[in-house]
Amino acid sequence: MTARPLTRSAPAGSRSRRGGRQTRNLVGLTPFSLYLAVFLALPTMAVCVGALHDDAGHLTWSNLRQITDEPYRHAFAVSTEVSALTAAVGAVLGLAAAFATTAAPPDGLLRRLVTTACGVLAYFGGIPLAFAFVATLGSVGIVTRWLAALGANPYDHGFTLFGFSGIALVYLFFQVPLMVLVILPAIEGLRPQWREAARSLGGSRRQYWRFVGGPLLLPAFLGAVLLLFANAFNAYATAAALTNGTVPLVPMQVAAAMSGNVDADQQNLGNALGVGMIAVVGVMFAAYTLLSRRTARWLR
Amino acid sequence: MTTTLTATGPTVVRRAVIRAAGLRRHGWRAVLAVFAVCFLLPLGASLAFSLRGPDGSHSLSAWTGLPGQPGFASNLLTSLELAAGTVALTLTLMVPTVTWVHLRLPRWRPVLESVCLLPLVIPPVALAGGVLSAFQDAPQWLTGTPLILALEYTVLALPFTFRALDAGLAALPLPTLIEAARSLGAGWPTALLRVVVPNLRTAVLSSAVLCAAMVFGEYTLASLLLMNTLPVWTVQVGQQNAQVATAACLLTLLLSWALLGLISLAANRRVPRTSRSRP
Repeated sequence: MTARPLTRSAPAGSRSRRGGRQTRNLVGLTPFSLYLAVFLALPTMAVCVGALHDDAGHLTWSNLRQITDEPYRHAFAVSTEVSALTAAVGAVLGLAAAFATTAAPPDGLLRRLVTTACGVLAYFGGIPLAFAFVATLGSVGIVTRWLAALGANPYDHGFTLFGFSGIALVYLFFQVPLMVLVILPAIEGLRPQWREAARSLGGSRRQYWRFVGGPLLLPAFLGAVLLLFANAFNAYATAAALTNGTVPLVPMQVAAAMSGNVDADQQNLGNALGVGMIAVVGVMFAAYTLLSRRTARWLR
Repeated sequence: MTTTLTATGPTVVRRAVIRAAGLRRHGWRAVLAVFAVCFLLPLGASLAFSLRGPDGSHSLSAWTGLPGQPGFASNLLTSLELAAGTVALTLTLMVPTVTWVHLRLPRWRPVLESVCLLPLVIPPVALAGGVLSAFQDAPQWLTGTPLILALEYTVLALPFTFRALDAGLAALPLPTLIEAARSLGAGWPTALLRVVVPNLRTAVLSSAVLCAAMVFGEYTLASLLLMNTLPVWTVQVGQQNAQVATAACLLTLLLSWALLGLISLAANRRVPRTSRSRP
């Protein structure tokens, strides 16, 4: 770079030499790229190709057209509803929990317990959460019995763990921990100096949050809401263990179409539903990436 | 007189500020306590449920009978093998790749990061269907055995493993280490295995534990590819004997928590690096 203006022939030579080294360096990524090509790209391609073919192997739009009709339109609506609800509520609750966590010292035992517990629940909690809630709020669960003893059995008031309300409640128990994990770095990235600067300029606490802290956290918060939405939209294990398909969520229908029978047409319908999911989650995820890039500008 | 006035003024204010901050801290503690109760309730209820005996008594039978349950031992073994295989595969693939990108292709780091986040975009149910149709003509030893699960779990674990290794490498003076090793005559494998990996042990360990925990909790892919693993077994058993299934779930949950806790403790016991910023 710095040697460029010295001689006329140098730039081209150094650039090509650098280009050559760059190419050689890229060769180091071959194993990784090949692995992903076979075990991620190939299956994804198979889903997309399958979605565009009928059982005789002819190109067709009918699968993709079919998923915009009932009953699949309803499934997309229910999935969107669960995801949006648990993302919004989970984000607000998770934000409060994350603020409460920052009150504890960063290297303390409490902080470690909270972050590791959040990690377990957010990433690996699917099946255990379902069973834990059967034990808690199932029809003979412990809390159900307590409430029934108090004369307020939730099952008498339209609640069921194995329906929409139950799914939404259980989803919150992995959405809130995920929110804590995602938003914690952003909250910790708010430097005390900014608060002090606002204070020394005569700003109140409320003004600090209104004009400094809030606007800084907003992109991170919105990004996290989108990530939570995608997370709930993709979730399958909890719903599968809990409901056996009584709540029409898209992942359940994909699984039913793919594994339920040997009908090839059905399988391609499952593929089309999969493409629909990838589209929804992809849009959310792209927006999340953009927003988190904005946060990364002032973080660290 | 004036000195006492100026001295008391700020102290009173400061005391009020400290009291307000203290109140706020107590407020946040209360919030945290409420969350803790909400999240411990299902765990406590699981424990109580798994200890519930016939006709309201307490009994340890769900826990003591767990190892003897038909299928528990063999599925636990499968899951352990899967975890070991996935960890080995992930580390051999990802440690060299992430190190290489940090060392030689720093501009490609964001690209690698986005690629490693892709598995979060592809829903596991769709991936399962894709695997079924993409490898339908593949030999039996690949798709008929849990091998395919280990291969796909490596993909699913990418977001975790990349983040752990990336954070570890960012904290290392990598070019210095590699140059020192190479100038002392080490080849690439030696430099990687005997210089980079020992310095990265916390990151390697935490990505290994995250991988293993993921394998022990993954249900979607295993059940749709018709493999028998511990989570699949748990769900099957849960349809007849919810207490045994709850005990098994609690066991895996607490084990993963304990492992992650150990990692988080180990991560903090790093030797402080002194020679890092010296030119």
